[in-house]
Amino acid sequence: MNIKLLFSISKTHLLTRKKQSMIAALGVTFGIGTYIIMMGFMNGLNGLLDGLILNRTPHIHLFNEIKPAAIQPLQKVLKYKNMEIMVHSIKPKRVQLKIHNALPIINYLSERKEVIGITPQVKVQGFYLGGNTQLSALMIGADPMKEKEFYQLNEYIVQGSCEELVKTDKGILLGSGAATKLSLNVGDFVQVSSKTGEIISLKIVGLYQSGMAEIDNVQSFVNIPMAQLLLGESKDFITDINIKINKLENAPKLAKELSEQFNTTAVDIQTANAQFETGSSIRTLISYAVSITLLIVAGFGIYNILNMLIYEKMNDIAILKATGFSGKDVKWIFISQALIIGLVGGTLGLILGYSISVLIDNTPFETAALPTIKTYPIDYNIIYYVIGIVFSLIATFFAGYFPSKKAEKIDPVDIIRGQ
Amino acid sequence: MMSKVIETKHISKVFRNPDEVKVLSDISISIDQGEFVSIQGKSGCGKSTLLYILSTMDTDYSGELFLDGQLLTGQAPDYLAKIRNQKIGFVFQFHYLLAEFTVLENVMLPARKLGLKSDKEIEYDAMQKLKLLGIEDHALKISSRISGGQKQRVAIARALINTPSIIMADEPTGNLDSKNSDIVFAIFKELATDQNLSFLIVTHDDDFAKRTDRIIQMEDGRII
Repeated sequence: MNIKLLFSISKTHLLTRKKQSMIAALGVTFGIGTYIIMMGFMNGLNGLLDGLILNRTPHIHLFNEIKPAAIQPLQKVLKYKNMEIMVHSIKPKRVQLKIHNALPIINYLSERKEVIGITPQVKVQGFYLGGNTQLSALMIGADPMKEKEFYQLNEYIVQGSCEELVKTDKGILLGSGAATKLSLNVGDFVQVSSKTGEIISLKIVGLYQSGMAEIDNVQSFVNIPMAQLLLGESKDFITDINIKINKLENAPKLAKELSEQFNTTAVDIQTANAQFETGSSIRTLISYAVSITLLIVAGFGIYNILNMLIYEKMNDIAILKATGFSGKDVKWIFISQALIIGLVGGTLGLILGYSISVLIDNTPFETAALPTIKTYPIDYNIIYYVIGIVFSLIATFFAGYFPSKKAEKIDPVDIIRGQ
Repeated sequence: MMSKVIETKHISKVFRNPDEVKVLSDISISIDQGEFVSIQGKSGCGKSTLLYILSTMDTDYSGELFLDGQLLTGQAPDYLAKIRNQKIGFVFQFHYLLAEFTVLENVMLPARKLGLKSDKEIEYDAMQKLKLLGIEDHALKISSRISGGQKQRVAIARALINTPSIIMADEPTGNLDSKNSDIVFAIFKELATDQNLSFLIVTHDDDFAKRTDRIIQMEDGRII
């Protein structure tokens, strides 16, 4: 089979009917273009939303949860062992907020190679004092630089910076909602108190805005020693340990192990955010459904045009066969036309998709919920472009295959006799 | 001794659709090298059908067909396509050219399919054939833009390009005026004598047939 010769024949066929070839190619272009735009936009959005929650969520969160004892004292009484026991009004067990042996745990974790980040926190329940009003507060004592490294804290700071907090012992990154309520701004002082009654004046070094009003009204960040001071506790007082590991999917296993080993509650990211996985996969599914539908429509367009072309080219097919081209040659002449349409249309589709993606990427998108986002998010993952071009070739191959199969079987004698 | 270019042994063919009609019965003919033979008969006598069988395009028959001493009956379609490409030149009643291609490309096509020579050599050969037929001036025209007589000459040039063993033609002058018919006949005659090419021409043109070396007369699917 002389590919060059067959290709030159199909090229002539396509070029002498430019308009129809273009229309066929445009069908593919729109299909692939839409696919690229949808995947880029949907996954950009997925990434943004996942980032909103998942980036800020530790893979494993160690803390002491307040809950009723799993085994009530009554159940331990042997006499009642085989009986149904009902206990009303169970009260939670009194637990320490402090993680027992927090510092040795941190040391232990830092030696495990799957752990990439450990950020201890001291959570302080308290109040922001504004004159004679008290706003409830959750002050998180944390290492600002580690929070920035592992949880992108800096992306949620609308004024000031993490570095400022490091430099200022008595500093606070105040939630923007609370700042608005208290009419305070960066550089001002805010009085805070903890449950112990200690009142401390902290300098506002930055404003924190997570995008969720409930959090922004309450939450703020301080240095760990300051949080310990507020609670009147010593340096080994740690309430939470957040862990990031190298493989997200190992989180549940490790969480279970740590929970048993250290006798604390360990929540993994999958359990905490199961609904996000579902949301992402459904959005991806919708994108594929729409794109595949468009490509199938484009495929039918190509099928139609090639069918018509073959009908018009009956004479040519008869001549080619009479002068020694085999059925296979004729089949490949038409399949290659479909593939050229697919390749040209698909490539244009990638360009179209990319251009519109860039356009969307530069469209202003400002929302109070997402302080650091200025434009619509787009995911430019190369894999969508690869899938796009491969899919366009596969779709056009099948659209061209069946008409070409027909051309292969045309009997030249029927055509010549029919004249 | 003259070698037989084409030979048939007891070829018969039956059309089964819609009714069983015997279109060819027990045809045994042979054509020698350099011989200029015409098949003549009334329309419907089976002469075109016989030609399609001889040209290997129609394989639905009983009997045996030899080309250059080789049995072609029962060969695979792809192999027969190769044989047509290499050994048989075909000229149709209607000037079957690929309308969107230039005259030169049309002539070059079977040789490019054969793939024995480079494109440059094929182009040179094609120009030689066009010169032989006196239409080299039109080589670069799109083939739908030339006259009927010219098209038929292009078709002959195309049939010659691979230096076949035999040229078959189905009413090659049926669609031409007498002047162009004479030109086509003269070309065939010249090729037969000068290049020792065999010709098998189906025609119902008596004048044309009379001037050939031998006339095979057909009636109702038989040779008489």
